[in-house]
Amino acid sequence: MSSTSEKFLVGIFDDEDILLHGVDGVRDKGVKIHEVYSPFPVHGLDEALGYKRTRLPIAAFIFGLTGTALALTMQIWMLGYDWPMIIGGKTLLHCLHSFRYFELTVLLSALGMVATFFIVSDMKPYKTPRSYDIRSTDDKHVMAIDLASNKLSKEDISRILKESGASEVNEKNF
Amino acid sequence: MIADEQYIFRPEAKKKLFLLLAAGILLFVIGVFMAMNSGGHEAAGEHGSLEVTKNLVATTSPAAVAEEAAEHHGSPIWLKKIYTSLWHNNIFFIGLGLIGLFFVAIQYASQAGWSAPIKRVPLAMGQWIPISGILTLAIWFVAKGDLFHWTHHDLYDPASADYDKILDQKSVYFFWLGEKGGFPVFYILRMVIFFGLWYWFLTLIKKHMLAEDIEGGTQHWYSARKLSAIFLIIFAVSSSVAAWDWVMSIDPHWFSTMFGWYIFASWWVAGLATITLIVVNLKEAGYLKMVTSNHLHDLGKFIFAFSIFWTYIWFSQFMLIYYANIPEETVYFIERIKNAPYSWIFYLNLILNFVLPFLLLMTRDAKRQMSMLAVVCPIVIVGHWFDFYNMVTPGVMQHDGGLGLLEIGLALIFFALFLFVTLSALSKMPLVAKNHPMMEESLNHHI
Repeated sequence: MSSTSEKFLVGIFDDEDILLHGVDGVRDKGVKIHEVYSPFPVHGLDEALGYKRTRLPIAAFIFGLTGTALALTMQIWMLGYDWPMIIGGKTLLHCLHSFRYFELTVLLSALGMVATFFIVSDMKPYKTPRSYDIRSTDDKHVMAIDLASNKLSKEDISRILKESGASEVNEKNF
Repeated sequence: MIADEQYIFRPEAKKKLFLLLAAGILLFVIGVFMAMNSGGHEAAGEHGSLEVTKNLVATTSPAAVAEEAAEHHGSPIWLKKIYTSLWHNNIFFIGLGLIGLFFVAIQYASQAGWSAPIKRVPLAMGQWIPISGILTLAIWFVAKGDLFHWTHHDLYDPASADYDKILDQKSVYFFWLGEKGGFPVFYILRMVIFFGLWYWFLTLIKKHMLAEDIEGGTQHWYSARKLSAIFLIIFAVSSSVAAWDWVMSIDPHWFSTMFGWYIFASWWVAGLATITLIVVNLKEAGYLKMVTSNHLHDLGKFIFAFSIFWTYIWFSQFMLIYYANIPEETVYFIERIKNAPYSWIFYLNLILNFVLPFLLLMTRDAKRQMSMLAVVCPIVIVGHWFDFYNMVTPGVMQHDGGLGLLEIGLALIFFALFLFVTLSALSKMPLVAKNHPMMEESLNHHI
């Protein structure tokens, strides 16, 4: 990502149906797609691109378990040992007592999930976002292909993109 | 694209259900004999916890309690056990039938398309409603004296030693239109009206669903949607009042404003698990070809979400009572947490109905696989059966309640009868709607 000479071919698609077929066509020819940008979520695009399902829920579960453990430890240590406190005449450390641990479970899983998402998608302060084509925020679907990771020549990929339905093909260097 | 499917209730399936029924009857009879032979010795200590309850609520003098113990609760323990178990099973299975109709109504009112191929399953479950209506009335009249403390007339007589001021103040809720302490006109009227309305709406909605198969068009769908919307309003009120009448009034001094919701949540998630279990079994038997893992995913999400919803309601009811610590409210949970068979069911309830469905159905793959749903659904159904056990039994049986062959046998009998009614209703109509306007949407359902 830090290299200054990254060369991309950018295919512009006018319609999400053309895009979905285009993704299949491009991948069938053995071209590796770097990323697709669209102005709105396109149903079935992740499957067409062959993306694996996100593991974010697993991360959330682990963060949640951490929260549960933290809250239980805190409750047991604070109210049972460090400063035993009788509240409302209830027994100290009864198992029905500690239902409040779900608060920290929810908090940690939510914060952890957001943090994980930011780290995984490389979103950080002062980062300049890359734009392959500014029209992907308006009405065009944009398919970026990294030339360095493909064996085919620029001309071949450009032809394949056109055949698969791209309305124009541009070059973009970062 | 859409094949005509017809469920055939094969003799082998009937035979299996009869075997289940026979096993149930056998266990029940053995259970009754065991209860008859052991019950007699304990008769003297029968009213221990009633006394505790009474003292906590502090409504009558100890002498009156003793006298009342001798006078009322006349039936021997084994008979009370049968009555309690009958009522408990009946209440649980009313829920399964009623939720069948409720599920169909929700699908129409929310204009849901995904459920189009499976709606005949809950519709067939609704066929249990008229039968449960008859059972409820019959069991009520036979067992009212043992099940419902409030039916005893001298509780409302200020001259009597058993006079109960709290129940006297509540009496209009049961006896309106009639004589206090006599025949509970208002109560029975409600019972009959509720079952009547539910059955009436079942017939109306079913008529439109079946007419659509023959005539096509969208007019039947619109009519069913209108009827569903009206039914949902009626259901909201009637299911809540039914919960107070049939379950909460077993402990007539105690009250919880969450109770209508609590019963609904328990019925709803048990009903969803039953629908899913029947769908999974039909699919394994080669029916319901258009049901894909996407539809199963939606059913799984329903069970997962409403297991958590049930826990939320359970917790909201428990936490407020636990925290406020007012004797007349906590008595309900003290009976259930401190006494032997109920205490382990109290905790088992949370494990079966929250911990297990929560962990087992958490991932996407689990909700999409028939093998996992076939494990979780029975857990949830059995779990909510225990939930209702702990709502009904402690209030009636006090310290004499138990969980033995009698209870398990009756549950099997009810289960076999319920399945028999559902499956024979299912075999009398096309298994999949033929001209449902949303069938195409459901075939392309993808999540």
